[in-house]
Amino acid sequence: MTSGLWELVLQGVWVTIQLLVLSALLATAVSFVAGVARTHRLWIVRFLAGLYTEVFRGTSALVMIFWVFFVLPPAFGWQLVPLWAGTLALGLTYGAYGAEIVRGALSAVDPAQQEGGIALSFTPWQRMRLILLPQAVPEMIPPFSNLLIELLKGTALVSIMGMGDLAFSGNLVRLALQESAEIYTYVLLVYFVIAFLLTRVMRGLEKRLKAGVGKAPAPRTEKAAAQPAGAGGGLR
Amino acid sequence: MNWDWNAVADFMPHFWDGLLVTLEILVLGSLISFVLGLVWALLSRLPSRWVRWPVGAVTEFVRNTPLLVQLFFLFYVLPEWGLTFSALTTGVIGIGLHYSTYTMQVYRAGIEAVPAGQWEAATALNLPRLRTWTAVILPQAVRRVVPALGNYVISMLKDTPLLMAITVLEMLGEARLFSQQNFHFTEPLTVIGVAFVVISYLASLLLRTLERRLVP
Repeated sequence: MTSGLWELVLQGVWVTIQLLVLSALLATAVSFVAGVARTHRLWIVRFLAGLYTEVFRGTSALVMIFWVFFVLPPAFGWQLVPLWAGTLALGLTYGAYGAEIVRGALSAVDPAQQEGGIALSFTPWQRMRLILLPQAVPEMIPPFSNLLIELLKGTALVSIMGMGDLAFSGNLVRLALQESAEIYTYVLLVYFVIAFLLTRVMRGLEKRLKAGVGKAPAPRTEKAAAQPAGAGGGLR
Repeated sequence: MNWDWNAVADFMPHFWDGLLVTLEILVLGSLISFVLGLVWALLSRLPSRWVRWPVGAVTEFVRNTPLLVQLFFLFYVLPEWGLTFSALTTGVIGIGLHYSTYTMQVYRAGIEAVPAGQWEAATALNLPRLRTWTAVILPQAVRRVVPALGNYVISMLKDTPLLMAITVLEMLGEARLFSQQNFHFTEPLTVIGVAFVVISYLASLLLRTLERRLVP
């Protein structure tokens, strides 16, 4: 490969990483808001949050991307820069899966903790912030780690819309060189390396957060088998 | 926002064609992933590390890389190796292979969840190895994992639109073709978006029923 083509691939990696970071931030924000809203005492708040998760988990991420790129502009009269459109579609879709993780982890906290908060006359917000979340967040890390890998794989979808991410630059290089096997192997390897680094980072994060509430991480063997993968969990 | 019901009516025949292809992909892809996942799971239990490590490495690699790029790989590389399949076949193989690395872990968890007493009983009864697997372990393991497998079928449904990228005309492919020919983007895309939500909701209801009957 010539240096120009390598530069193209590096630009693709950079776009993929930007998209990954932005949509991961949006997805995290959305999943905490929607997940916490599902434990709200007003039924309308719970219902709206549930509706959001069911709709966005029910549809395909690629269909959502098409929708944001092609339906939003004529329908509402504004067009997003491709990077933000991709971020919006991926963040909202994967945020819906994340909301289920947050809700599950919150409901897995021992009810006595909640009752203790009530007995101490904490406000609902104080209970959430000081009692529930510090215990629930470390438990969320392994499923969130799986979801992050799913999100990384999801970022490849924007290449269909012509955004210059890693998969897209792989296609361009293939057109230039006609050596499909070699090029796609490189692209897959880069994705794999990113995924590997992400799992390492998340494992370190889990360790730190668990130390904060006086726990050790679960033994790492077969962790993926023990719990259904984030996005792979499907509608349940 | 301009919504044109006529465009919806015009799109519906294409929608049914696309739905049929989507379901075809889903059924064939699920079958491949169920069978291949079991093969991976059994291979990764073999005593020889020369089998276990390569299987572990390959499945880990396939699971952690995007299905879209894998589809491109199969679509453009297999013909170079002299294997020419239709786009649909390539797509079904790709999606089946990708999901087999997920179902593998499901099977593995299921096999590990069979109580040790069952193994000991099989040994005590002097059952041959093959018979232990087919008559004792697998029937119990598979029964346990049906709900988890069903979840992956629902996830696979939501990944079928990726086959559009390798020219398969499933629901999204039909919608895109129709949009480009008639300049109606809103209606076809919204119709298939709703269709996905409805199908996956119905599938999850079905799954819940199945779960109640199968899992004690």
